[in-house]
Amino acid sequence: MPRPFTPKVVTANALLEGDVVYLREDDGWTRELADADVLTDEAHAQVRLLDAERRPGEVVGVYLADVAPTEAGPEPTHLREDFRRTGPSNYFHGKQAERQGSEV
Amino acid sequence: MYTYSEFDAAYVAKRNAEFRAQVERRIDGSLTEDEFKPLRLMNGLYLQLHAYMLRVAVPYGTLNARQMRQLAMIAERWDKGYGHFTTRQNIQFNWPELRDVPDILDALAEVEMHAIQTSGNTIRNVTADHFAGAAADEIADPRPVAELIRQWSTDHPEFQFLPRKFKIAVTGSPNDRAVTAAHDIGLRIVERGSEIGYQVLVGGGLGRTPMIGKVIAEFLREEDLLPYLEAIVSVWNLLGRRDNKYKSRIKITVHEHGIEEIRALVDDRFAELRPAFTGIDQEMLATIRAEFAAPVFRDAPLDAFDAAYDKDPAFRSWVDTNLTDHRAPGYAIAEISLKAHGATPGDATAEQMRVMADLAERYGHDELRVSHEQNIVLPHVHKSDLPALHAELQRHGLATANIGRISDIIACPGMDYCALATARSIPIAQEIATRFDELKIENEIGDLKIKISGCINACGHHHVGHIGILGLDRAGVENYQITLGGDHTEAARVGQRTGPGFSAEEIVPAVERIVDAYLILRDSADERFIDTFARVGMDPFKTALYEPEKEVRADAA
Ligand code: SF4
Repeated sequence: MPRPFTPKVVTANALLEGDVVYLREDDGWTRELADADVLTDEAHAQVRLLDAERRPGEVVGVYLADVAPTEAGPEPTHLREDFRRTGPSNYFHGKQAERQGSEV
Repeated sequence: MYTYSEFDAAYVAKRNAEFRAQVERRIDGSLTEDEFKPLRLMNGLYLQLHAYMLRVAVPYGTLNARQMRQLAMIAERWDKGYGHFTTRQNIQFNWPELRDVPDILDALAEVEMHAIQTSGNTIRNVTADHFAGAAADEIADPRPVAELIRQWSTDHPEFQFLPRKFKIAVTGSPNDRAVTAAHDIGLRIVERGSEIGYQVLVGGGLGRTPMIGKVIAEFLREEDLLPYLEAIVSVWNLLGRRDNKYKSRIKITVHEHGIEEIRALVDDRFAELRPAFTGIDQEMLATIRAEFAAPVFRDAPLDAFDAAYDKDPAFRSWVDTNLTDHRAPGYAIAEISLKAHGATPGDATAEQMRVMADLAERYGHDELRVSHEQNIVLPHVHKSDLPALHAELQRHGLATANIGRISDIIACPGMDYCALATARSIPIAQEIATRFDELKIENEIGDLKIKISGCINACGHHHVGHIGILGLDRAGVENYQITLGGDHTEAARVGQRTGPGFSAEEIVPAVERIVDAYLILRDSADERFIDTFARVGMDPFKTALYEPEKEVRADAA
């Protein structure tokens, strides 16, 4: 029996801003993990990764990160990814601040 | 203070123009990231968890007011209004955007600063005692020689592709405040009769395999110093392992070959190199030394100081903890703590940077220092100015009286920023400081150094903390390992692990149990934590940590 495949998202840092981005289903980049395309098939994930790696003018350091799909969208399974989609814990900076900014 | 020569200025301007063009070529797609990455690292630009990070060199931790103001301007204009001072006496900006970095570098160049060789396999920023030129216990100011080494190593053609990074620290005082024993090369200015020379340590380093530097030369004459350093680096450049990055640092080379063999090789190489040094370096050193001439100290009555000390308890407590003896009568070295309880260790806002710059100009002969303990030092303040200085610090949240106390914690950026981290360090430091502030026992505890790293790379110097904390990732959960008995001074020692680690929730209570045990175990209030640990050993602390229901006794096994 093959090991069950842990669902993944394609993630990277934006070339210009340096902030964390995720690949959407329509091939655009999103700043929100919730909007990322969740990849549940290993072969498909590899193809998406290779495609994203061919866009060095947009992003840096593309990789596949594990996620757990939930009703609210994908959730990180590792603490590092949780920080990447939130921002630092000592200041209200980064994504958490931008998110609030875009809501008001 | 040392000012750039025309050569320095032209060199930095050329490098900045080159980097500007490289950034443009990266953005327009003519450079790939693989091509660009080494170029940006050569200019101090990292990509971290949430953003780029720019590391700016502060050579031997020395800044003037104009430079500090420019850092404040950069923080405000291109970052989020603050900067982070590091254990390498540098400053890091956590949020620059790629397009802005060339402008930031130009702004730095305006005040004779840059980010060159703050990364990569080169000789990094040379660090020195943050009390250099001021300390009462100093034999000689270590900065002129640090500057000479900076000039010699910057862009040195042989040393741009070393097996790994290489760090040098210099102290001019027998009380080592520059952690020289934890550097690839540590230099200690020593006296033999009336002659001043250098004791040379090699192969120290923290990280995955912590090592205390070994003495390779007991006494080196000043004119032999550069050729000898060149000999060490060149021996390592050949012997150092390029096959395995965990074994490439000189500490491993020294460990694998033994100090005797390394010494013999260095001596041979030195004999070859020495004739090429015909004395130009010594002329340069003399010129540099003149630029580091001490300010003209003044004579003034101390009545205002004495009156404030008697009447104002906040001032008294700050004086008692944050001042160090100065070599000039009537003067003091004043430390500005960047460790307000609950704040991020080493961070200063743009406004605070400006205040510190103003104070340095008004009261401190225009000098500021960054300490490896992530505080700011005003090295030359006349005591009569201290009450006014303290009042101004109070107005800007900079008067925390905790230097050397349990809340004066070194913490690396950890998982909150660093791409290499395995756990957070900053929140642990914040919680420990807040907790002991609530308990109001900091002064009772006295000297106690806590140092926290967010991964095995040990940027937070945890190995040499009296209490060291190392954050690890255990199956996706933060876990904190404790070491005890580390020492960062001339008696440098690597701390011993207590045993299994603690979760993020357990770590502050664990530190509290260690401190409670110390308060029971010490033989008097004068016995520092590190001395008690040396006397009673690990066992009673282990009991306190892992068997809290048992009574802590010095002889408990
Ligand atoms: S010790 Fe690790 S986590 Fe901390 S700054 Fe260094 S590399 Fe990053």
